[in-house]
Amino acid sequence: MRQSWWKILAIALLLYTLTAGLLMDVPRLPILNETIRALHFHVTMWFGMILMLIAAVYYSVKYLRTNDIQCDDLAVEFTNSAILFGVLGITTGMLWAKFTWGDYWSGDPKQNASAIGLLMYFAYLILRNSLTDTQQRARIGAIYNIFAFAAFIPLIFVLPRLTDSLHPGNGGNPGFNAYDLDSKLRMIFYPAIIGWTLLGTWIATLRVRARRIERTLEDRFLNS
Amino acid sequence: MIKEITILIQKELRLEWRQKYALNGILLYVVSAVFITYLSVGAKAGNLSINSWNALYWIIILFSAVNAVAKSFIQEHQGRQLYYYMIASPEAIILSKIIYNTGLTLVLALLGYGVFSVILGNPVQDQGLFLLNLVLGAMGFSATLTMVSGIASKAGNNATLMAILSFPVIIPILLMAIRISKNALDGLDWTVSTDKLIALLAINAIVAVTGYILFPYLWRS
Repeated sequence: MRQSWWKILAIALLLYTLTAGLLMDVPRLPILNETIRALHFHVTMWFGMILMLIAAVYYSVKYLRTNDIQCDDLAVEFTNSAILFGVLGITTGMLWAKFTWGDYWSGDPKQNASAIGLLMYFAYLILRNSLTDTQQRARIGAIYNIFAFAAFIPLIFVLPRLTDSLHPGNGGNPGFNAYDLDSKLRMIFYPAIIGWTLLGTWIATLRVRARRIERTLEDRFLNS
Repeated sequence: MIKEITILIQKELRLEWRQKYALNGILLYVVSAVFITYLSVGAKAGNLSINSWNALYWIIILFSAVNAVAKSFIQEHQGRQLYYYMIASPEAIILSKIIYNTGLTLVLALLGYGVFSVILGNPVQDQGLFLLNLVLGAMGFSATLTMVSGIASKAGNNATLMAILSFPVIIPILLMAIRISKNALDGLDWTVSTDKLIALLAINAIVAVTGYILFPYLWRS
């Protein structure tokens, strides 16, 4: 966890994303225009969120198998980072939608689905806070985390595909692949995903370490 | 395993029969809710648009189901739960509860449908599809709510927690059910709804299987 190479990589990738994402030439398209740059700052949030939720589910499963409280720290902090990314994703998406679709909220199925997903994970945090015993909180939190993720997957991958979405790539709107003939966008998009996800992981690990220090201090206080 | 499940379902039925007030209470809940809706929208039979009919119906079923299933882990006190823990496998318990709650939700849905038809009119054009959808919806509701009520029962069992934990998880099932129900109301051909029926069945399966796998961990704590 204390290795530093991936943190340096995260900073480098994000510097590259920020400069190249904001300054490089983008395809000029009707309606989208310069807002196509949201690809690097909005779409990547969702990728980061889902990757971190998968990590949270992984550690939840691991907790249930081993009963190791350290796994629970990781699970809850990955979920916290994922929620942060989700909130950022929804805010950036609303800003983008204001300029391309004309409204902050247009009842697009993907918008609705992501809002419901956030509700699910806010409920997870409330559930955890309603339990006082550490082990029980960890166990029931892990169970709900896995359960919520199982319901989240059909929500974001299946349902929006059954109805028309305003998002590029859905409902007859061409996806970014169709615009991005010279793969210039992709050159920034993929590194951006990795960069943002690493940043989220970094935040999560910092908070996990804070939690562990807190617990050690508490134990020392109780034993003294 | 199957024998164990049948015995547990019989136990649920007998328990329900002995405490009739719970069952009667929830049945009255459905009827009152429909009647309040009827008075609030101020619509005479056939006066309500099909979309509103559909949305109101499913919201009432959702709330009744949440209330009906919420009690599945509280009506038996801690000591008796410990007893079940010793004599039955957790898998059998969750399956029996899901099957029993499916039946309960289906009864509520049918009762709601009956009352709706009488006082708000019955615009359903394709009864077969509507009823099939009710069965699938009841299965999904019961699988989700049984698991969530198990979780909520470990966390002091307050009604708020039950609602906030189950609503977002149940939304995919609710949305699919509402869409299929709309097709049934409009009397569209079954081929239009096939992919939605399969999607609903798949979501049900995902939720039920996750519940089945996770319940033993919940039960143990």
